[in-house]
Amino acid sequence: MNTKDVTVTKGIVRISPMLAAQHPPAREESTTAPLLSELVSHLRESRTQLREEWARRITLAQLLTAMSEDEIFAEATSVYDNYVEALATGTFEALQAYSRNLSERIIPRGVETHEVVGIVLLLRDVMARSLFAKYHEDFTQLNRILDAYEPAANRIANTVAVGFVQERERIILQQQEAIRELSTPVLQVRERLLILPIIGVIDPHRARQLTEQLLRAIRTNRAKVVVIDITGVAAMDANVANHLVQTVEAARLLGATVIVTGLSPEIAQTLVTIGVDLSEMATVGDLQGGIEEAERLLGYKVLPLVEVGTQS
Amino acid sequence: MEVPILKQGQYLIASIQSALTDADLSQLREALIAQVGRYRARGVIVDVTALDVMDSFAVRTLRDVTHMARLRGSETVIVGIQPEVAFAMVQLGLTLKGVATALDLEEGLAFLNQQARARVDHAR
Repeated sequence: MNTKDVTVTKGIVRISPMLAAQHPPAREESTTAPLLSELVSHLRESRTQLREEWARRITLAQLLTAMSEDEIFAEATSVYDNYVEALATGTFEALQAYSRNLSERIIPRGVETHEVVGIVLLLRDVMARSLFAKYHEDFTQLNRILDAYEPAANRIANTVAVGFVQERERIILQQQEAIRELSTPVLQVRERLLILPIIGVIDPHRARQLTEQLLRAIRTNRAKVVVIDITGVAAMDANVANHLVQTVEAARLLGATVIVTGLSPEIAQTLVTIGVDLSEMATVGDLQGGIEEAERLLGYKVLPLVEVGTQS
Repeated sequence: MEVPILKQGQYLIASIQSALTDADLSQLREALIAQVGRYRARGVIVDVTALDVMDSFAVRTLRDVTHMARLRGSETVIVGIQPEVAFAMVQLGLTLKGVATALDLEEGLAFLNQQARARVDHAR
């Protein structure tokens, strides 16, 4: 939570010099305050009308299609109130918290980044238009009101969009972690025989995690033979190959023999071309062959029941 | 700290209890090689379960013990290397090539018994 707040603040800090450049004199700062309060009271007065207009435009632009009209209207009301509140107070914490909360609710329903940015920009547009309508006779006053409105509105749009994107990133990170956990099972198929099927891309982080998990499993299951099946690995580079060799050696230090199975033609070619030394590694063509070899090492012999009957 | 060396049948068991200095390691090596001859041991087990670090000197000493003991007619097996230690060792390139390893004392004894049986089979 804390780091998120900091990044958001950073985003705002990064933008404010630009805004300051647009409005250099400090004198104008002091004059914007009454303008802002005038603006806020206008927005509060036309609350009902503007948020209806906004909700209508959202539906018209076919944004937030995952939500029903009633839901859109309810969210529009809260966003509107938070928006006006942020304009009035100049503080964004409440809006930040609300946008985070909103993102948490709508992301699982498949709302996209462009939709969130879209609705915030729409609200900005709806409000600006109502200002045009109100001040169209007094052009100087309109200009001054817009000067006060624009930076604050930009900041608000920025806060909401950044909050949404951060929430998305957090969820993606969480899911990546979950996939990592799921994707590296170490299975015992016989007493003292483990198999480790590897599927997907191996990056250095995952390779390390795989090794740690395997070594721990060897110890807890008292394994003597491990079959690592890499049928599901599409590509392998020198780093990953070297890591595999290291894993084999580390397993041997724990007294376990490792058999690697399922090297695809592409991987075999890459490994030989880049010159990884695999002389220490026992490899067998497929998983079946690997398990048969492992059973032989462990002293098992698998026979069909019929043959067992004739033997005895 | 001196490492106790126990005699169990035809085997010698050196059980390292705490981190060792280089001098301790050298002393262990000399004691083991001397006792292999004295007790006519057929096998040596070095138990390193208690070690959470293995540096290059320790690895070299263990490898030397293995080769020296083999010259005096005894097989050596290193047992109880921790998973973290094993991984750290291979990352440093300390892979104990040509040295037998086993999960723990029990596995080490099983390995030596199997070696002895293989020798008997071979002799027949």
